[in-house]
Amino acid sequence: MTELPRLPTAGGCRETPILKQRGQREVFCGLTGIIWLHRKMQDAFFLVIGSRTCAHLLQSAAGVMIFAEPRFGTAILEETDLAGLADAQDELDKVVDELLARRPDIKQLFLVGSCPSEVIKLDLAKAAERMTQRHAPSVRVLNFSGSGIETTFTQGEDACLASMVPVLPKTDDRQLLLVGALPDVVEEQAIGLLEAMGIGPIKVLPAPRADSDLAVGPNTVYALTQPFLGDTHDALTRRGARHLPAPFPFGEEGTTQWLAAIAAEFGVSPDLFDQVTAAPSARARKAIAQAAEALNGKSIFFFPDSQLEIPLARFLTRECGMDAIEVGAPFIHKGIVGPDLDLLAEGPTISEGQDVDLQLDRAKTAKPDLTVCGLGLANPLEAEGLATKWAIELVFTPVHFYEQAGDLAGLFSRPIRRADLLKLEATE
Amino acid sequence: MKLTVWTYEGPPHVGAMRVATGMRDLHYVLHAPQGDTYADLLFTMIERRDHRPPVTYTTFQARDLGADTANLFKTAAQGAYDRFQPQAIIVGASCTAELIQDDPGGMAETMGLPIPTIPLELPSYQRKENFGADETFFQIVKTLARPMERTKQITANLIGPTALGFRHRDDIQEVTALLSDMGISVNVVAPMTSSPQDISKMGAAHFNVLMYPETAESAARWMEQELDQPYTKTVPIGVGATRDFINEVAKITGKDAYLDTSRLRLPWYSKSVDSTYLTGKRVFLFGDGTHVLAAARIAQDEMGFEVVGMGCYNREMARPVRAKAREMGIEATITDDYLEVERVIEALQPEMILGTQMERHIGKRLGIPCAVISAPVHVQDFPARYSPQMGIEGANVIFDTWVHPLVMGLEEHLLHMFREDFEFHDAAGPSHHGGHAPKPEDGGGPAPQPAASPRSLSGKMNEGSVIWLADAEKELKKIPFFVRGKARRNTEVFASERGVAEISVDTLYEAKAHYAR
Ligand code: SF4
Repeated sequence: MTELPRLPTAGGCRETPILKQRGQREVFCGLTGIIWLHRKMQDAFFLVIGSRTCAHLLQSAAGVMIFAEPRFGTAILEETDLAGLADAQDELDKVVDELLARRPDIKQLFLVGSCPSEVIKLDLAKAAERMTQRHAPSVRVLNFSGSGIETTFTQGEDACLASMVPVLPKTDDRQLLLVGALPDVVEEQAIGLLEAMGIGPIKVLPAPRADSDLAVGPNTVYALTQPFLGDTHDALTRRGARHLPAPFPFGEEGTTQWLAAIAAEFGVSPDLFDQVTAAPSARARKAIAQAAEALNGKSIFFFPDSQLEIPLARFLTRECGMDAIEVGAPFIHKGIVGPDLDLLAEGPTISEGQDVDLQLDRAKTAKPDLTVCGLGLANPLEAEGLATKWAIELVFTPVHFYEQAGDLAGLFSRPIRRADLLKLEATE
Repeated sequence: MKLTVWTYEGPPHVGAMRVATGMRDLHYVLHAPQGDTYADLLFTMIERRDHRPPVTYTTFQARDLGADTANLFKTAAQGAYDRFQPQAIIVGASCTAELIQDDPGGMAETMGLPIPTIPLELPSYQRKENFGADETFFQIVKTLARPMERTKQITANLIGPTALGFRHRDDIQEVTALLSDMGISVNVVAPMTSSPQDISKMGAAHFNVLMYPETAESAARWMEQELDQPYTKTVPIGVGATRDFINEVAKITGKDAYLDTSRLRLPWYSKSVDSTYLTGKRVFLFGDGTHVLAAARIAQDEMGFEVVGMGCYNREMARPVRAKAREMGIEATITDDYLEVERVIEALQPEMILGTQMERHIGKRLGIPCAVISAPVHVQDFPARYSPQMGIEGANVIFDTWVHPLVMGLEEHLLHMFREDFEFHDAAGPSHHGGHAPKPEDGGGPAPQPAASPRSLSGKMNEGSVIWLADAEKELKKIPFFVRGKARRNTEVFASERGVAEISVDTLYEAKAHYAR
């Protein structure tokens, strides 16, 4: 079996005290997850019950209006709903009836709570229950919160997946469940590797369609493909499934360790494991080495965004030779990112939550070679001479597993290479 | 409750942000949850601004509700003052904070900050972005501007430009030049470019140029009343409007009307023979009221198009847009429902759309060329080069922009002659567009393939009850795509007017003869 990763000699970051500051946070709310979730679940519609702000956020985060009529929309609350003139539940029924009549292709409907719907205490769980009865069996209606007062960015996906777990049928079959919405090509790669080791049956949450045979039970073991799935983790555990903790599958090392944790559970022989992983892991190492040239010895600073920060810092420091100055995450769930923290050498400031002004002060003082941050901060930091990487690209782009490891390193090296490339001065 | 997919305007606090971000030394303290910080990216990404918008969000969370969101607000406001040292602050609530009723305005006033503190009441559940900008600018002007001695020379304030505005950056320069040619200098440009101190000097100007009624009409009216400053009613977009604007300024100031037309090319370009092919092009106009009204005049009088439909998304401008439409013998579409606009376009089958980025997407799907004339903005609407909409250069820019998506004159004839040629077939689109030509669906003309996109939120597609016989359908496909929609529609109208239920090749050519001009 591939040798165990060398733990940092001076100790990892698991016990490092976490810097927590309370101030303005510059992060998306959980509604943003709808942008990628609605592409992944092809028969699902996401109906946000919110305000014009929520609709505008979705539109702005989607960047451009790519789809004629995407499988998401916002039921915008109006004065009459708020003043109690109209019963919001009745109004919602009307909107949903209309929507489902027009879109018979919809098999799962998610009612997504927002800040306004939560502040006025609109009970979406009750609404979902009522609508499920009304539209059964053709449509299943679930609800989750993507509100900015409850969720940060990728937590929206977590809330969505967690909402699906309680209604999954029960199974006693031994099976592996991969949890997290990944681009299809990446998901197929992972399944291909695992099947080549003889592991199966393999199921994926979220399933592409509602009528898949996805079920869960005490003989289910599951591996998370994303570090932000804390609530989903808890919901699966409640259904008796067992988590296989591992570093996340970013980079060659992360992918190998993640696969190894599953292989160990399924009793895969070291020979078979090596046979399956040798070629792709060698390819990954080579691809990373190329992209990492520009990264070696460079410093990096993470603003909190997607909760991918800790696994990515582990990848960039251990496989690309970078030095982490600060690794900020909106939340740190040690039960999930613990294995990554163990591998991340002590040194960087680990921060949770944010006071963006103070954090900007720290970044400007540290002058990192690369800053990972949200779209609102990127250009202003570039204008001050700091190279940046938009964090949102990391959740939109295929970056997991061996074949994407080079691309992942490339996402970080490109801004640095570009800064070296541009020459706008006179030659003399 | 109203189901919405895409929106033309953001919430009103985004309008307030456009004002604050355009200004200098002003800060906006916004009581809002964390997710609302997305609005920063509109400015830093779309407009490529190199500074964060001057906005502090309180980012309250669920656990703060019921506890102490009010204190959170005060801490945020004090922190913003200490850190940014603005000359004035504006305070307000986003949609969520409006529901928890903390009264940020009242709280800020009790804090005793040593600078003007301007509370904003922007009803999030009734109004939208343009209202937010207009109201915010109005409140700032009302608080800070006072009557004062006029400048010795005749000067004007340019009002209306904001951050994230459609070509506002370049329009300022163009209008400044128009006035300067008449010997009038600019006192203050606001909100964009000005500080609160500048605003307090607005009273020194002799009059106001209202560049964008959407964002500054309330302020213009107030200044007319309180500062005794008349304001211009003509928006100088297009050749005729620019001439009218100059005359209006002359009348207000008593100066001689003067317009330097040495760089004006639109009239000749429009007259030159290559432009003959523009004659009677059926266009559909949609956007904000100001830009649509200007475009209607240019389209009809300066380009020789036929305006077959027009409308705006901001209800505040419904009245003048309706009036203009009536004058042109058409009906105005006043809606902020993108799908309704799409249905109207499908029904009218124009040869070109002059719209927003949303209509550009509609056009892409339907294979109808589109030029963008109005906000909501996209990163493409902030070109590196100088490209105003107003004044002389604005007219030149508009000519180029509108002609660009179309097939050029002679090319159109060649297309007719060689339509069977494998390289020159009609789906290839304008030759100067390379791979980005609009792709009409095969054979269907601008009508969409229903199977490809189950759209239309609440209505049906416009489908005539007349049937196309196979031969006629085949003949129709021989007509180049950029006139095919028109031919299909004319034929259907012709047939249904005569009670003809089936369209044959003969019907097609009878209709053609009937509509020949
Ligand atoms: S933070 Fe709340 S109000 Fe703002 S967009 Fe997100 S859910 Fe809507």
